Amino acid sequence: MKKKLNPQTRKSFITYGLLLIVFIAVEILLKTGSISSMLQGLLVPICVYSILAVSLNLTVGILGELSLGQAGFMCVGAYASAIFSNLVKDSITQPVLRFTLAIFIGGIVAAIFGILIGIPVLRLRGDYLAIVTLAFGEIIKNVFAALYIGYDSAGLHISLKSQGDLGLKPDGKMIINGALGIGGTPNDSTFEIAFVILFISVIIIYNFIHSRTGRAVMSIRDNRIAAESVGLNITKYKLITFALTAFLAGVAGVLYSHNFYSLQASKFDYNLSILVLVFVVLGGIGNIRGSIIAAAVLTLLPELLRSINNYRMLFYAVILIVMMICTSNETIRTFFIRNFQKLKGLIIKNKSGSETVKEAE
Amino acid sequence: MKIAKKFMALSLAAVMAGSCLTACGDSSSSKDGGSSDGTIVIGGSGPLTGGAAQYGVGVKNAAQLAVDEINEAGGVNGVKLKLVFEDDEADPGDKAVNAYNALKDKGMQVMLGTVTTGSCLAVIDKTKQDNIFQITPSASAQDVIKNDNTFQVCFTDPNQGKASADYIAENNVAKKIAIIYDNSDAYSSGIYNTFKSEAAEKGLEIVAEQSFTKDSKTDFSAQITAAKSAGAELLFLPIYYQEASLILAQCKSADFSPKFFGCDGLDGILGVENFDKSLAEGVMLLTPFAADASDDATQKFVKAYKEKYNNEIPNQFAADAYDGVKIIAKLIEKEGIKADMSASDICDKLKKAISDGFSYDGLTGQGMTWSAEGAVSKNPKAVVIKDGNYSAL
Repeated sequence: MKKKLNPQTRKSFITYGLLLIVFIAVEILLKTGSISSMLQGLLVPICVYSILAVSLNLTVGILGELSLGQAGFMCVGAYASAIFSNLVKDSITQPVLRFTLAIFIGGIVAAIFGILIGIPVLRLRGDYLAIVTLAFGEIIKNVFAALYIGYDSAGLHISLKSQGDLGLKPDGKMIINGALGIGGTPNDSTFEIAFVILFISVIIIYNFIHSRTGRAVMSIRDNRIAAESVGLNITKYKLITFALTAFLAGVAGVLYSHNFYSLQASKFDYNLSILVLVFVVLGGIGNIRGSIIAAAVLTLLPELLRSINNYRMLFYAVILIVMMICTSNETIRTFFIRNFQKLKGLIIKNKSGSETVKEAE
Repeated sequence: MKIAKKFMALSLAAVMAGSCLTACGDSSSSKDGGSSDGTIVIGGSGPLTGGAAQYGVGVKNAAQLAVDEINEAGGVNGVKLKLVFEDDEADPGDKAVNAYNALKDKGMQVMLGTVTTGSCLAVIDKTKQDNIFQITPSASAQDVIKNDNTFQVCFTDPNQGKASADYIAENNVAKKIAIIYDNSDAYSSGIYNTFKSEAAEKGLEIVAEQSFTKDSKTDFSAQITAAKSAGAELLFLPIYYQEASLILAQCKSADFSPKFFGCDGLDGILGVENFDKSLAEGVMLLTPFAADASDDATQKFVKAYKEKYNNEIPNQFAADAYDGVKIIAKLIEKEGIKADMSASDICDKLKKAISDGFSYDGLTGQGMTWSAEGAVSKNPKAVVIKDGNYSAL
């Protein structure tokens, strides 16, 4: 007698399975060279956006708080790790070691910022987290866009005014050049590494949700007063969740910054945070697998629509609206359910049909 | 409920898988960079949608015009050119790289682009890695040309800032200068930095330095008040035309009327919708191209452009792009490039040829030459807006 898996575990294993299947399929396509350069270039960004979406889903879906600062944490992680990699790229030449360190540095710096923001804000009730994270994202972006850092034999120079203000010696090198950002970051991100990190993130999140802490967090989401009355430390659990979200967003930022040669703060604007929120909402709030699928589809879509030129953004918007309606409208959903059940019935019938044939043989 | 979710997930996955397959199918013809139909493919990248679309569309149109002209005249050494153009939305990250990859899939052999500096910085190392000859019409930062395969048609930002300060000092335009610039933008802060140091050398007094960012570019009253109370005679605007049009309007309502001076980003200001052109009267800008210049080449280009594109007047970006295509064609002719050569071989030949005694007379300058570093050497021209038109000073 086979032991029946509990539905939660089954659900998470289906996700792992799907991820692995996609990974193997893409790897085969890569090895046989039958994948276009554009898709190849999209692989790491898809992983990055998926990590951002699943980690935001933790705050939005599991904790039930709205965060609009995902791009800010990503930016912190990206810059922290890019600075690190640029400083050590001559001394640590082993890319895997350097990148592993960069990932931890990016993630931890982002998590520290998450905790700093969370300590005052997560004590409050209401939409304060949304307001504060929104402001945080904007502040971070503008600070990095105005930041000049260089080093020479005399050490590190930092200025918020201009490059000339640094007073670098001739042997000096710029690390962050204001709005021009950071150039020359070693390209350590590969699809394989990005996928492994995505996979680990998903494992962490599923295990977190199904752990004691995760259940406590969900009970806070569902009824704060009841959770408080059984003695749960609300702020602590909220802070853990939010810090984990920030950490993973920082890691996504590390992957992003090490995938491109240049990194500019203007990329991490409000629109990026909203885009990630769209992935979460479209994939289903609280649905980890849905987040990944939505992130992948919505990252691919505008690129695949390139053939229709100037209309692609129009089509992208229309498709987005249609998808939103289809996933939230009760009538359309029942239509799909009915058809899906019919389909399922057909498959099961066929299956049992073929089994009887086998038995007869 | 759960089944519905499952179904949606499945169908989305199916869409994704399907789209992957179609995309793979598209690319099969042109993996190696050589083209199959006997044309040399020039790939262009720039913003066709979004806030900076006017530049990208201008570049695309003018490049197409140049390609058509060359092909009508029988091509280069009998080989026809083909332009493919992709939208990068002026994004400084993955979208610029996506556009570049899409161009590669379409068999790009030479790159004309990108239009904006931020996007260009994101792709220069990609073209270096793939060894594709890249000439940008308008990405002007110094860092853009740090690799040996990248060249500019426009001035670099440091040159623009320096030339602006020199022009103001030498022609005695003003002594007290206020600057409003976008410190979140690579182009704007690049010009600002060099303008400031050159102005100090030339004895110009900078009385106010005000900045704004990409997110706060609608209300400039604080910056304008600061400039006004500092007694500025001239307002230097190393920014793009859209913000500049707002600054001009808000200066008027603040009853502040200094002289205005800008760089090539201001070009296009007369094309802003609902913009009162009289506000721009007397605005000076340093741009290598004026649509109403009297020389034959400019007039011929403007006429052809207007005929082809709905009577629109080409801006400097369009002229840069037109020159860019013609420069590529001249180089191809000189080196005897064939359509079936790989992008990498073409790059090796062209990058050597362009800095080796090559000179080009175009719309944006006479006797343009390039250093091996990639910067162009040509004379800047100042233009003033008079009677609702750009005219040479």
